[in-house]
Amino acid sequence: MKKTSKQSIIALFAGLMAAGSVQAEGTVNVYNWSDYIGDDVVAKFEKESGIKVVYDVFDSNEVLEGKLLAGRTGYDIVVPTSEFMGRQIKAGVFQPLQKDKLSNYGQLDPALMKTIAIMDPGNNYGVPYMWGTTGIGMVKEKVIAALGPDAPLDSWELVLNPDNLAKLNKCGVAFLDSPTEIFAAALLHLGKDPNSTDVKDYQGEAKALLQKLAPSVTYFHSSKYIDDLAAGEICVAIGWSGDIAQAKVDAEEAKNGVEVTYFIPKEGAQMFFDILTIPKDAGNVDEAHAFINFLMQPEIAAENTNFIWFANPIPAATPLIDEEITGDPSIYPPPEVVERLYISTIKTPKVDRAMNRAWTEIKTNQ
Amino acid sequence: MSPARRKIAWRLPGQYLLVVIPPYIWLLLFFVIPFAIVFKISLAESAIAQPPYTAFYEYVEDVLTFRVSFANYLFLLTDSLYFDAYVSSLRIAAISTLICLVVGYPIAYGIARTQGPLQSLLLMLVILPSWTSFLVRIYAWMGLLRNNGIINSVLMSLGVVDEPIRMMNTEFAVYIGIVYTYLPFLILPLYANLVKLDNRLLEAATDLGAGPVSRFLRITLPLSMGGVIAGCMLVFIPVVGEFVIPELLGGSETLMIGKVLWGEFFNNRDWPVASAVATVMLVLLLIPITLFHRYQFREMEAND
Repeated sequence: MKKTSKQSIIALFAGLMAAGSVQAEGTVNVYNWSDYIGDDVVAKFEKESGIKVVYDVFDSNEVLEGKLLAGRTGYDIVVPTSEFMGRQIKAGVFQPLQKDKLSNYGQLDPALMKTIAIMDPGNNYGVPYMWGTTGIGMVKEKVIAALGPDAPLDSWELVLNPDNLAKLNKCGVAFLDSPTEIFAAALLHLGKDPNSTDVKDYQGEAKALLQKLAPSVTYFHSSKYIDDLAAGEICVAIGWSGDIAQAKVDAEEAKNGVEVTYFIPKEGAQMFFDILTIPKDAGNVDEAHAFINFLMQPEIAAENTNFIWFANPIPAATPLIDEEITGDPSIYPPPEVVERLYISTIKTPKVDRAMNRAWTEIKTNQ
Repeated sequence: MSPARRKIAWRLPGQYLLVVIPPYIWLLLFFVIPFAIVFKISLAESAIAQPPYTAFYEYVEDVLTFRVSFANYLFLLTDSLYFDAYVSSLRIAAISTLICLVVGYPIAYGIARTQGPLQSLLLMLVILPSWTSFLVRIYAWMGLLRNNGIINSVLMSLGVVDEPIRMMNTEFAVYIGIVYTYLPFLILPLYANLVKLDNRLLEAATDLGAGPVSRFLRITLPLSMGGVIAGCMLVFIPVVGEFVIPELLGGSETLMIGKVLWGEFFNNRDWPVASAVATVMLVLLLIPITLFHRYQFREMEAND
């Protein structure tokens, strides 16, 4: 959250400066994930296009979805994650992209676009912004101190085995507050389909496992763990690849002796795409297209990745990215790891309810 | 309408309406209409649409059909989670109110007994923290309470404890946040009441041989009951529905109805059930509000 406000302040100042120097031609209201854009990207776009960017951030798909379903968000670009976007497309909250206004559309990786088409048939509504995985971040030293040298540092066993987690609780454990992702990991760990459409799977073994784990989880939250990992407040987190990479950088900068690492468990992990979309009732459609197109420029995509440590879907950007990032298998995983990644699919409302009901019970220990 | 009010109404019809109508308009705009909307949604079914619930009525081929379903209310009975959350919220609100009262009464009393500029200064000190954003103050508490936060660092450097005391993400932190945030809401009405206390009554009691404890219990406390109840309501009612404080300071074991409501709304996307939860909460809160109103009413009649 601290970083979130820092980010918005930067965006605000960038906005103010642009308003002062350039005759604004229009405005685009962007609602993106917190800590999810390069420092100078907004300012560069404003300078180049003369369009003023009002940049606002969120940290949960649920919050974004609540706003989208209520309608009249006032935003021209929103960035839901793939499976949420799939349901939102069904609810009819987006307008189709005008691809003729996106001259950089050809830059997108066709293989990734094919995966996204599972959620967005024909890729009519969205352009992927970044992608990443849901894995495990840890302060290795503390984890080994808690579990001993035989700690399973490459497997879901580390956090999904109740005995291990109980020992890790002493140095602090964070789980994403995201039932879809945690349940998928639990189901996979139990040898089931992580995208199971069977209501029973969310009430039986997987729920029992998570209930056994819950008392050892310090908190369920989807952004607090970045700061806490970096500060050594917690020693392990189920979290998003780029966020944990940021925690690593923050800890290095703070020189507090905390060393954060991230790994994709060997059993497999969920991959997600955050997708740029335009709400149906957006007021600045042309400006929104201009901003999306700008983000697809290889130099800009590279700049973003260098800053936020998430992989982007623009192959031409890869040579422009720091080798430290492209060489990191947790961010740009090798093909054999990619094979073990799965994408989350849309569930029926019944499954959703069963999952969320179980989730509330798990979290509150009831 | 009570005889007392009727008398005033009869005496000053024009002014009476002028005074009475704005609060009713306020109530209509900011309570009755929003509540009607929430209640309407609670009778619908959820759907993948924008907005995500079925329409209240349909007008197809000259036939107007209303779709009303009480299933969401029945659903709340099928799962003990909701009941537990209500009970837990009421418990947390009651305990917080009690702590606020124990801490706040002496403060209010002290301020009321002070004279002149010092009194204004003390009042200022109570109000001053609310000049900064509530959210910033809660974040400040996070900085104080966390494992390597200020309190733990001081305790550890003094050698009082070896390991940090876990305070963040516990119910303890939630109580700290709530009491800290809501204390002024109890002190101010109580102060306003206590400052009116007629000193002559206390002097008379002293003359008749009453000691300080007896004076407090038999004169000050009964006379300040209106302030106590008003202050307690101002704390209790919002705390029952509190969401931000337990979300930021509480851990996963703190179950409150505000959090359950959030989950229904954002995680389940089930606005109708969320609305039903909210409606039931409101009905629950109507009980203390009505009791308070009755008490105020009795007092008004007694003063008349």
